[in-house]
Amino acid sequence: MADATTAGRAHAPSGPFRHFMTSATPGQLALALAITVFLALFLIIPVGTVIYVAFTEKGTGTFTLVNFVDFARTDLFIRSFWNSVYVSAMSVVLASIFALPLAYITTRFDFRGAMLIQTLGFLPLIMPPFVGAVAMLLLFGRNGTVNLLLNDWFGFRIPFMEGLNGVIFVQAVHYFPFILINLSAALRNIDRAMEEAAQNLGCSGFRLFRRIVFPLAMPGYIAGASLVFVKVFDDLATPLLLNVKDMLAPQAYLRVTSIGIADPMGYVISVVLIVMSILAMWVSARAMRGKDYATVQRGGGGLAKRQMRPWESVAAYAAVLLILLLVLAPHIGLLLLSFATIWSFSPLPDGFTLAHYGRVFGESFVYVKNTLIYASLAGLIDVVLGTAIAYLVLRTKLIGRQWLDWAATAALAIPGVVLGIGYLRTFYGVQLPDGTPLATLWIVIVLALAIRRLPYALRACYAALQQISVSLEEAAENLGATKVRTVRRIVLPLMAGGILAGFVTSFATAAVELSATLMLVQSNADAPLAYGLYVFMQSAAGRGPGAALGVIAVLLVALCTFASHLIIEKSQKAKGAGH
Amino acid sequence: MNQPLSVSTLGAQAVDVDIRSVDLSYGTNHVLKGIDLHIRPGEFFAFLGPSGCGKTTLLRLIAGFNRADGGEVLVGGREVSHLPPWKRDVGMVFQSYALWPHMSVKRNVAFGLEERKVPRAEIERRVAAALELVGLSHLADRRPSQLSGGQQQRVAVARTIAIEPKVLLLDEPLSNLDAKMRVQVRRELRDLQQRLGLTTIFVTHDQEEANTICDRIAVMNDGAVQQVGSPMELYEKPANLFVASFLGTANIVPGRVIEEGGARLFEIDAGVRLPIPAHVTVPEGAKLVFRPQHASLGADGARDVSLPGTVLHSEFLGSTVRYGVKVGSAEVSIDVPFQSGEAIHKPGAAVEVGLSLNAAVWLAS
Repeated sequence: MADATTAGRAHAPSGPFRHFMTSATPGQLALALAITVFLALFLIIPVGTVIYVAFTEKGTGTFTLVNFVDFARTDLFIRSFWNSVYVSAMSVVLASIFALPLAYITTRFDFRGAMLIQTLGFLPLIMPPFVGAVAMLLLFGRNGTVNLLLNDWFGFRIPFMEGLNGVIFVQAVHYFPFILINLSAALRNIDRAMEEAAQNLGCSGFRLFRRIVFPLAMPGYIAGASLVFVKVFDDLATPLLLNVKDMLAPQAYLRVTSIGIADPMGYVISVVLIVMSILAMWVSARAMRGKDYATVQRGGGGLAKRQMRPWESVAAYAAVLLILLLVLAPHIGLLLLSFATIWSFSPLPDGFTLAHYGRVFGESFVYVKNTLIYASLAGLIDVVLGTAIAYLVLRTKLIGRQWLDWAATAALAIPGVVLGIGYLRTFYGVQLPDGTPLATLWIVIVLALAIRRLPYALRACYAALQQISVSLEEAAENLGATKVRTVRRIVLPLMAGGILAGFVTSFATAAVELSATLMLVQSNADAPLAYGLYVFMQSAAGRGPGAALGVIAVLLVALCTFASHLIIEKSQKAKGAGH
Repeated sequence: MNQPLSVSTLGAQAVDVDIRSVDLSYGTNHVLKGIDLHIRPGEFFAFLGPSGCGKTTLLRLIAGFNRADGGEVLVGGREVSHLPPWKRDVGMVFQSYALWPHMSVKRNVAFGLEERKVPRAEIERRVAAALELVGLSHLADRRPSQLSGGQQQRVAVARTIAIEPKVLLLDEPLSNLDAKMRVQVRRELRDLQQRLGLTTIFVTHDQEEANTICDRIAVMNDGAVQQVGSPMELYEKPANLFVASFLGTANIVPGRVIEEGGARLFEIDAGVRLPIPAHVTVPEGAKLVFRPQHASLGADGARDVSLPGTVLHSEFLGSTVRYGVKVGSAEVSIDVPFQSGEAIHKPGAAVEVGLSLNAAVWLAS
């Protein structure tokens, strides 16, 4: 049907019938080809290079496993590996302890401020974890606020931030929203009759949670937990800033930056990082398979929000408040630090000043400007690619179109540090006419960010297009619009909300990304905010201005996210609830 | 304990349910208005009414998922209003079945017994008995998602009767089944209830369902009970216009009562009138109510009165022909049995409408 109306347009010279069967116009083919080239250049070849180097002998290029044997024989690497596994696992445990009560209380009870808690729960995500790390040192470190007070009052300290503990604590606080989001969604999707049936058969309280609610929410929990595991395993900056070097991601970075990009160990570690990522995702996919427990059915109501008894209320509010205070501690600490004159060996800063903000606006504004440019460009690339891939996959019969989707999504499994190493190795040899290596250009940072965030934008665009009925497009074609004009006048306007959501996700997360950029930034003038923060936070004197910059970064991302949220909501309302 | 599977394996002592002036409001929305009902031991009882009439709310109130603002609910003479759902021992089968997808059929059925700390061997026996009773023993190890809608429904019933509840509550149990399954499953439900002798309350908006399987029905509308009675009582002697029109098709004809020569007459329109039988009381402002099959077209000696009418339209329904006939200013439906070779009256044809007065009632509201 659609074919008949497109016959007037230039298309492949093959007969109209064959055209209908394969249904790829030259335009679509060109688009698919362009995307393939882009993904090949900036994702597949760099990552392939990393894997290739890890498995070949230095210099000769013959296949060898000797690099992995070396890895296994080096105590430092093995210790780093187990440290990374331990820290990631413990971070998941701690993050679960934060997320579980918040998710359960806000979705299951008539709880005042549930919306506020869910929103506040997202806050940690819009600040790079290493930025919070410094604030956490000041609040929870050996001579931080909490321990000073504990020591004064009770005569003991708790080693919150000693060694690996610090990394675990900071990461759990930072990444627990992933579990909160997934778990809350899973809890909300459980048909209330599922719980009522259990109550009807004599089950209540904690047994009800253990036997019915938690098993049903399990797939959501696993999805969140595996994401946290991967993120922590791949994170580079937090351990470095807390001076923990014997973990895998920092080791990869240190090998490449201190010994050089020719040293194979950095690449071996990269392969280990990739394998661990894929493993975690596989576990998550397995947990989800065949367990679509979204059980809201006909005749089943949504969620039953229960009233709490007074003592339950008090306990719930106390627990929620304590957790919120903990997870917002980095923000609170950062804010204090940004206004502090001196803050050392005292529970609170000695005095307050605006000097740090003055200094940031005077000297360091280039970071903010760079971040805005990089994150916007990366977001733009992502939504253009995301929309194009979604369209090719869902609306054409192009052979192999699924591969575009898979390739773009595969970026999820590639740690930032690995992508950075791959870019350095691949593009350092490529020189521009004036002799500067391609890898030193700022646009490479943008491309790395775009590739890293593409999976998120793609899913948003995909979902948006999936919701649009094909008959809307067929109606436009039936009335004489060509495919291109149909896309422009019907598809894109209807997708706008989803595309914007994809852009915001890409933008907000790219703005605070460091793992890949730490490798790629060559000069301060080209550095984004996260890099500037990292540089500031490394010296004690830079912490004040660093904190001020951090506060600006958080506000910036929060503002952009909030603004686009408003826009999306407005456009949704304008289009009516149908979309 | 080694007896063949039968009613006695899953014992049930039939109890009565007493609902006394129960009131419930959600904010300003008065959902249940002073409900008084007595459900007898071993009875299959239906709450019947349109959606939003409060029937499901009342059922959930008995199960403990809603709390009444006033009144009390007694199960077997024991006041249960203050008890949480898990201490009530009233089994409920949910509209969506609510089978837990992470447990096998067997584990679903065993759940309530495990919660009651029943010994393991006893659990085995009762799960087997419950599954046997609904004919699903061979599917015990399947997951709910591997079963058809009808099978899921039976698992939900088995899960509930396994705990030997005092009362069985069924919340629109047939609404998620296709038309053919519905007829089969409702017979099975009736059969099961008879064998167990279990007091059962059934919520439905489908009068045919209620009529076919229930001993008595409470017709509800707008949060209040309109009438309680056996299906036939409700059909033949509706207490008000709502009950008359909700159960089957009813012709409701307005008019006024006049006196002429010492006899009472009901005047539908100028000149169109019929006598009111002496023993019938006609309330103020009442309307004449009769069923389509209680009237006929043309001369029919069996009918008491005859009124002039004009055919408006006809629908051929197979065994009957339903005519829309204008009588005075009112339009009534009349069912005429269809005989092969018989001609159908054309629209516009003038006809005589015969009426059986003993089947007619006068209702004010």
